[in-house]
Amino acid sequence: MTGVPLLDQHLLSVLIGLPLVGAAALLFLPREGHRTIRNVTFLFTLAEFLLSLLVVARFESGTAAMQLVESVPWIPRYGIGYIVGVDGISLWLLMLTTFIMPITILSAYSSVQKHVKEFMVFMLILATAMVGVFVATDLFLFYVFWEMVLIPMYFLIGVWGGERRIYAAIKFFLYTFVGSVLMLVAILALYFHHYAVTGTYTTDLVKLYSLTIPVKMQFWLFAAFFLAFAFKVPMFPFHTWLPDAHTEAPTAGSVILAAVLLKMGTYGFLRFAMALFPVAASDFTPLIVTLAVIGILYGALVAMVQKDVKRLVAYSSVAHLGFVMLGLFALNLQGIEGGILQMINHGVSTGALFLVVGIIYERRHTRLISEFGGLSRVLPVFAFCFMVITLSSIGLPGTNGFVGEFLIMLGAFRTHMWHTAVAATGVIFAAVYMLWMFQRVMYGKVTQEENLRLEDMNGREVAYMLPLLLLVFWIGVYPQPFLRRMDASVAAFVTRFEAQKQAALRGSPAGETMLVRYFDSGK
Amino acid sequence: MTPIAMDTGALVRGLYCILPEMVVIGTAILVLLADLLLPEEGKKRLCHLSVAGVAAAILSALWLGPGKIEGFSGMIVHDGMGLFFTLTILAAALLTLMMATGYSEWEGTQKGEFYALILLSTSGMLFMAEGTDLMTVFLGLETLSIPIYCLVGFHRGRMRSLEGAMKYFLLGAFSSGFFLYGIALMYAAAGTTRIPVIASMMRDARLYGNPVFLAGIGLLLVGFAFKVSLVPFHMWTPDAYEGAPTLVTAFMGAAVKAAAFAALLRVVLLTFPAILPAMSGVLWVLAALTMTVGNFSALLQNNMKRMLAYSSIAHAGYILVGLTAGGVAGGQAVLFYVLVYAFMNLGAFGVIMLVAQREDDGYDIDNFAGIGFRYPVLGGLLSLFLVSLAGIPPTAGFVGKFYLFGAAVRSGYVGLAVLGVLNSAVSVYYYLRPVVSMYMAPAPEGIPVPRPPRSAFSFALCASAAAVLLLGVMPASALEFAERSVLSLLM
Repeated sequence: MTGVPLLDQHLLSVLIGLPLVGAAALLFLPREGHRTIRNVTFLFTLAEFLLSLLVVARFESGTAAMQLVESVPWIPRYGIGYIVGVDGISLWLLMLTTFIMPITILSAYSSVQKHVKEFMVFMLILATAMVGVFVATDLFLFYVFWEMVLIPMYFLIGVWGGERRIYAAIKFFLYTFVGSVLMLVAILALYFHHYAVTGTYTTDLVKLYSLTIPVKMQFWLFAAFFLAFAFKVPMFPFHTWLPDAHTEAPTAGSVILAAVLLKMGTYGFLRFAMALFPVAASDFTPLIVTLAVIGILYGALVAMVQKDVKRLVAYSSVAHLGFVMLGLFALNLQGIEGGILQMINHGVSTGALFLVVGIIYERRHTRLISEFGGLSRVLPVFAFCFMVITLSSIGLPGTNGFVGEFLIMLGAFRTHMWHTAVAATGVIFAAVYMLWMFQRVMYGKVTQEENLRLEDMNGREVAYMLPLLLLVFWIGVYPQPFLRRMDASVAAFVTRFEAQKQAALRGSPAGETMLVRYFDSGK
Repeated sequence: MTPIAMDTGALVRGLYCILPEMVVIGTAILVLLADLLLPEEGKKRLCHLSVAGVAAAILSALWLGPGKIEGFSGMIVHDGMGLFFTLTILAAALLTLMMATGYSEWEGTQKGEFYALILLSTSGMLFMAEGTDLMTVFLGLETLSIPIYCLVGFHRGRMRSLEGAMKYFLLGAFSSGFFLYGIALMYAAAGTTRIPVIASMMRDARLYGNPVFLAGIGLLLVGFAFKVSLVPFHMWTPDAYEGAPTLVTAFMGAAVKAAAFAALLRVVLLTFPAILPAMSGVLWVLAALTMTVGNFSALLQNNMKRMLAYSSIAHAGYILVGLTAGGVAGGQAVLFYVLVYAFMNLGAFGVIMLVAQREDDGYDIDNFAGIGFRYPVLGGLLSLFLVSLAGIPPTAGFVGKFYLFGAAVRSGYVGLAVLGVLNSAVSVYYYLRPVVSMYMAPAPEGIPVPRPPRSAFSFALCASAAAVLLLGVMPASALEFAERSVLSLLM
């Protein structure tokens, strides 16, 4: 490798560790110095982002293997290691995380006024955990980071949230925790199965990939992983925690939740549930795709009738994540690449939407659509940003949303024609609820006296909105740099998926029903 | 029994083997003597003396090392597992006594007998953990229990304290009866009370199926179940835990449990493989019941001490999952968890001792409102201990549960592991309630002012916190030590 070898060897660990160092540094700052605390946090997250650009620079798009791998024995006698790496599947999710962090910190300059120090400490711990989730390629390490995410987020919602914050925080924690504990049992079962077959203990994901798991076992393990990830995504009908968490969380919390935390679920499906248990994943596909389509329509319809802008955006997330799931379970190159790209797009667009909502909430202390109207004349810069983000969320050609949804439908149409046809109507619904909301908030007469006195976006707000807008158009017009770096990994994923599925199905007669395959004890 | 030959070499070897116990007992006697000589204002020296004694005991245990030393013709053995539990128990005692520096001053337990009782009870625990003869185990059990009865009722003026002590004493006496009767029946069937001899007899199936022997082992199990408060033998726990001086509660949760599980593990690991099919069902049901009843009862509590009492029942259930799984993996998981539990339990009680001062409602969860931001160190520490109790990474509680449930999955008890993790999910709700109260609930006018901790107290809290984090992030060496300890027993 070229460049600074030492940094290259430990690049991902540095990315994991840097926010923690920042959090430790904050502890030594006086708690009254809000300005210093904010600036120091911002600098740490910015440094994190700049360092992560190095990952893109070092990334080789020609290979599907894990890159920038670092492997250190952790509990060596039991084959548990600290193993991190990136490939085409995790690269952009890692980048999304480091990209969104400085933006949310900037947004929190004005929106968080109490307990600033603790807020920033939790944000930095959260950053470490999120980066860890996306780069961990050891099941044990992944699970540690996966659960570690919960605690700072729980505090962010519960302490800095809205009126029903405690309810929302506990609901968020319990729902996602219940989902993930069963995954822990599944991880253990997989771990001992690997031992039984090969005689060595390991939680190294790459080694586990090469294992052919008996189909009956796949069913149960997939079910456990499914539950953990379905709660996180969240898929219909596991989504009920999301509107509460989103609505009650502070702006920065909502942005992180939407942009990164939900992606942990979809990423988990791709990286773990589907990759490890291909037979079960294929057999579950009709169910999952159906749930995804229900999610798309249900999310859109419920979003349409919301009175609170933030709640509307929260339900739109359910719909968007339905699209991502549809793409992933198309199980072909276009669908999966579209799914990954749409994860990024959703992070950018919905993250930006929450920021937009945060900006007017800070000025008016309400998010009710009926309180607004005619804002476009009062706030021209804001109106422009809001418009672009709205269009990107709808998926207008030229914006990022279009590319992602188009690829997803291209892929899904080949495998699930009718589902895709129904899902396409979701795009129309999205246009309806978003544009209708936009119209009621931004156009028409100014109905409220105080809306006339609102101030337009200030320099800081423009500064954090601008990168998001750029990304909207960049991905919308020229997505090739993003897709090219996924190609090799996704293609390898599809190939391995098919091969592993055939290997596991060897011995099963063609046309075997699921009932016989998984539940016939005579087999 | 064969008469014990009184040759001097054997006696010296025996005494050498129980060196840590002797140091602890010697300290207890010294404390009682010094109590007579010291003036009233010098009583805090008693605490320092006790701390020094326990520290010396730890050093002597380390000096003995993990090699196997038998004493008193095999009545007691200092082996790897004995060392592991000795260190766990002594660490718990050391932390308890360090916390006593402050606690005794506030609560008026600055008395010679308080420390002497703690030390004597500790010596009983050590005998229990190293006893290889059922009689030694029983003597250890009594030596540990009787001082604890006194300690629970130490606040003679408080009804709660007396009520707890009375309940604990009555039920404890019953359980000792069960225990002893079990030993008698086993002796009747086997003709010996040596655990290894019984184990080898069972391996060649001479005892298997003997109803007298099975009844004996059943009664023995009931006796243990009382001590580690397994459902349905747990009724005394909430009252005793709530009534006892908080320091004693913390000590009971950490050390008594460790000692009882040490003896239980020795009996189970050595003898149960032979009768596993019959016994594993019993243990399975006990574990499932204990976890579930403990957690669901804890959900309903508003008093921190009571909540942690039920949580300790639930944790006994988790540990029993490891015992049910059995084998090296199960034993190792139990050892590691007992160690981890000692730290997180003592730590949590330590913070509670500082915050809660009024006896009546001081321990209410609502009373912790607003503590988190006003006293960030205390709030952070309590949160850390509770998160670890809930089993969330990156704390030691998570690694401990990972290995307990891992052992269960490995032995084929997937259902029990599923039940265990679901129980952990339930427990999150009540462990987070104090956190909600500390950080999220609106702070009342008068936030209680915590007591300023003495330096030894602060050190004990920080040491517990460091242990919880260290065993969570770097558990490898402790796990290997636990594994070697179990192997030393089975070899």
